[in-house]
Amino acid sequence: MALLEVKNLEVCYGVIRALKGINFEVNQGEIVSLIGANGAGKTTTMQSIMGLIPIKSGTVTYDGQVINKIPGHKLVSLGMSQVPEGRRVFQELTVYENLVLGAYAQKDKKRIKDDIDEICTRFPRLGERKKQVAGTLSGGEQQMLAMGRAMMSHPKLLMLDEPSMGLSPLLVDQVFEIIKDYHKSGVTILLVEQNAKKALSISDRAYVLETGSITMEGKATDLLNDESVKKAYLGE
Amino acid sequence: MSTIFDGLSLGAIYALIALGYTMVYGIAKMLNFAHGDIIMVGAYAILTTLAAGGHIGLALVVAVVTCVIFGIVIEKVAYKPLRGASPLAVLITAIGVSYFLQSIAQIIFGAKAQTVTVATFGTVSIGTAEISISSIITLIVGAVIMAGLTLFVKNTRTGRAMLAVSEDRGAAQLMGINVNRIIMITFAIGSALAACASIFYLMQIPSTEPTLGSMPGIKAFTAAVIGGIGSIPGAMIGGVLLGVIEKICLSIPVLAPYTTAVEFAMLILILLVRPIGLLGKKRREKV
Repeated sequence: MALLEVKNLEVCYGVIRALKGINFEVNQGEIVSLIGANGAGKTTTMQSIMGLIPIKSGTVTYDGQVINKIPGHKLVSLGMSQVPEGRRVFQELTVYENLVLGAYAQKDKKRIKDDIDEICTRFPRLGERKKQVAGTLSGGEQQMLAMGRAMMSHPKLLMLDEPSMGLSPLLVDQVFEIIKDYHKSGVTILLVEQNAKKALSISDRAYVLETGSITMEGKATDLLNDESVKKAYLGE
Repeated sequence: MSTIFDGLSLGAIYALIALGYTMVYGIAKMLNFAHGDIIMVGAYAILTTLAAGGHIGLALVVAVVTCVIFGIVIEKVAYKPLRGASPLAVLITAIGVSYFLQSIAQIIFGAKAQTVTVATFGTVSIGTAEISISSIITLIVGAVIMAGLTLFVKNTRTGRAMLAVSEDRGAAQLMGINVNRIIMITFAIGSALAACASIFYLMQIPSTEPTLGSMPGIKAFTAAVIGGIGSIPGAMIGGVLLGVIEKICLSIPVLAPYTTAVEFAMLILILLVRPIGLLGKKRREKV
């Protein structure tokens, strides 16, 4: 069953059509990636799903419910969570405060505390730097924090927008390990990546986005071996 | 000595008003030029309550409630529809709201200044200095309110949400924070602080008129900019600094006529040296 279904999604910035009516779905328990070059509309897709930018037409259905008329802030308690492009951790707040904000919908303080302990076990660096202001963390640590913060709401669907951006190859590997590991705990993942090779290597299925339209879709393993994908996105 | 004390208490009034400017700027990213007029609304609320035979405590409650309602309604009716509009459109709207409030007050209460006797306080002598009790009350209560606000912002769920919205509205929404609600709360808090400021203001100058809010409004805005607009401790420091300087200038006969000029000269000077204000933070521009 599709946990997330996007139908004929169209988004415009003024007269520019950033998304020209795209269709895709993410089934329960899958890792699905959306790959494509800069400016293809990947982040626009992610932001419009979470209600950060208005959509012009089309529908977004989550868990059987049309959500594009629901105010964005209510989607978190439905089980959707997003790690935005560029991490966007709250720079002036501490690691701890960032994590607490990730559990904004949760009012049980004991539960929040336990969840923070759990996140700090998953990301030991965050545990060490709990009291540190997020703006002073390294890029990798900020990515971990952004992911930990998104996990604080116990999502059913975790969406990650370019988690590998600006990270060293070693850290990229770590980030993808964490995603794989988190997926094993039963969370469905929608991943947006420019690093197509990495994304495809952990995904079940994938869609290729080109200037606002989906041009290809299929099993990740098939796309990895597809000649045109190899040429355009895998640098082979 | 008494000059410094008067300055500190005037500064506490400016700081209370400046907090409204700075919080709204930080969180809603707009300059609410109608904020000064909320003080006037508070002053007339106090006048009306006292005239009806109400106690001063009741007058304060009425002023706070009235100002909060005005703040919330103004935000809903005038500013919320402009979310995402150009800053200039919002700014002009704010100026329009300011004139609207002044005109309404003039229609209801007339243009003439009216006397409001909040309470009469004497003075106490500490050493050789005579210090007015109203200054002491203003200073103490002002400090308590500001300490409370600081604790609220740093330690409560709503306070943290305010900081989050102020830093990154989109990311805050991704946390499940209702940004519109946080902006509304910010307007409510700012207006409540302005109501407190209005009662302290009337303790110093026991008279109100429709344009009452203009001067303290502009001065408090200056204080907020001096301290670094968007910064809560900055507004407090800027307010107190401005209050003390004003009272010192007034106590020196040669300078007294130029007091306001001196204050704004200080603003210009600080902006030349430190354009972001004393405690302002440099925002990293997103690439």
